[in-house]
Amino acid sequence: MEWLGPAELEALKLSLRVSFWATLVTLPFGIFVAYALARWRFPGRQLLNGLVHLPLILPPVVTGYLLLLTFGIQGPLGKLLAEFGIIVAFRWTGAALAAGIMAFPLMVRAIRLSIEAVDPKLEQAGATLGASRPFVFATVTLPMILPGVVAGAILAFAKAMGEFGATITFVSNIPGQTQTLPSAVYAFLQVPGGEGAATRLVVVSIIVAMGALLLSEYVGRRAAARVSGL
Amino acid sequence: MSLSVRLQHDLPDLELDFSFDAPPGVTVLFGRSGSGKTTVVNAVAGLLRPKVGRVAVNDWELFDTEKNLWLPPHRRRLGYIFQEGRLFPHLTVRQNLSYGRWFAPKRARLEHPDKVIEMLGVGHLLDRRPAGLSGGEKQRVAIGRALLASPRLILADEPLAALDDARKAEILPYFERLRDEVSVPILYVTHSAAEVARLATSVVALQDGKVVRHGPASEVLADPSVAPAGVRAVGAVLKVRVREHHPDGLTELDAGGSRLFLPRIAHQVGEELRIRIPAQEVILSSKRPEGLSALNVLEGTVDTIRAGDGPGAIVSVQTPAGPVLARVTRRSVEALELKTGKPCFAVIKTVALAPQDVGGRLIAP
Repeated sequence: MEWLGPAELEALKLSLRVSFWATLVTLPFGIFVAYALARWRFPGRQLLNGLVHLPLILPPVVTGYLLLLTFGIQGPLGKLLAEFGIIVAFRWTGAALAAGIMAFPLMVRAIRLSIEAVDPKLEQAGATLGASRPFVFATVTLPMILPGVVAGAILAFAKAMGEFGATITFVSNIPGQTQTLPSAVYAFLQVPGGEGAATRLVVVSIIVAMGALLLSEYVGRRAAARVSGL
Repeated sequence: MSLSVRLQHDLPDLELDFSFDAPPGVTVLFGRSGSGKTTVVNAVAGLLRPKVGRVAVNDWELFDTEKNLWLPPHRRRLGYIFQEGRLFPHLTVRQNLSYGRWFAPKRARLEHPDKVIEMLGVGHLLDRRPAGLSGGEKQRVAIGRALLASPRLILADEPLAALDDARKAEILPYFERLRDEVSVPILYVTHSAAEVARLATSVVALQDGKVVRHGPASEVLADPSVAPAGVRAVGAVLKVRVREHHPDGLTELDAGGSRLFLPRIAHQVGEELRIRIPAQEVILSSKRPEGLSALNVLEGTVDTIRAGDGPGAIVSVQTPAGPVLARVTRRSVEALELKTGKPCFAVIKTVALAPQDVGGRLIAP
């Protein structure tokens, strides 16, 4: 990594940290929402589905601005969190929040597909054998959807690594604080002579994205083979 | 009464409304597809919530809509054997087998799971995964998984329907052993008369969501008016004892003093069996037949003649071996001048007695 300058390295590290936490924290919610959408029939299901997909279809800058209105220092949730000493606006945690929300629809879609592929009859079999709902989920559903969960998580991670619009709108572009990899590329392109640094970061971006994709394919295949019982 | 079921439920194209109380042993729900059999089993299992009803196993209530009592499936202590096995594909055979055992109350757990594994002959499969098993092996594992959950009631929903004849013949004896060696009541769903004849302690015949007949297998199978699987399923069930295995590949049975021959079976000499004789494989003769290739001729008297709208009639002949049913044409009934009390001979082709119609000993009446 010696060919990267300190500012570039910092942006890469920050992006990795932001994406890691964004993925890890949203994963349980992603599994829950995907399960609810796939298996439960409740009023407002379509509304939930729409809300989940909103970040995918809205312009990222709109999502970022909505986050700023909600989680900013003056925003309702931002004020509430500030009471507990948690401030996300213009912090790396805010970047993680933005990345997590932008990646959420991709994660939910991948997991939901894998849940819909699980035959509910197997879950029924688990219930008749004495397993309560949480146990059925832990011993039948979850192991069987693991390939989808892994794929969803990796996809979300890659999306978080590349998130730009919502992040820069919500938490700005502060080097060392909120300057993620894409923000850094953007910043370098704004100053004369920054093309070299920007190109290096572009190469890093491509490597990370390709790596994530290949890893997701590999892990998905391994897990699928295990689950299909071969 | 070991199993008491009362149900009312509306399905899109079927109104279920019936009740039955079954003695210990195997209760077979017998009916063609669409008669509501699976709905009944799913209601007993708790996978479907009926509008009105009550189900109790040995006075232990699984649900009672009047009392607003509803045990969720996982608290019903069942062993449900599904038609398609439904083994967990991500678990090994060993893990599948111990799945239900793990959730069973500690004091109810079988002390010797190895005995079940040995009885089902799945010991050599323990480290394999379900995808690598044959259909018959899968179903044996499914039976073991249900048994090892230490159930208070075993449910089997057409457990053989997805198997070919050879696999059926492989699995049926295990259900006979369940009936004879395990004291848990069994509710068994099928549309196969052969399975009814071999397994049933009592039969509940279903038609369009109603119970049309309830009683011992020999009575229900002999009644063409209820024959749920059509007139082809009509047949007599005889109790017999293996007398001798002959070197020419035949087995001689003792049926109430009369001799019956059938292709060699594996059962031991002296063993008590019951066999189903399909009515359409029986020929009637008013004189003792001579110069006939059939080896089995039972002498008796005509008991009843039931004629339907079609050209056929079912004639019940009282023989020393028990009542034998014959499906003949009405024209033959007239030609032979058959009527109640008239002596006649029932001729059964030896090879018509198929192995799937021969079952192990029966404990209950």
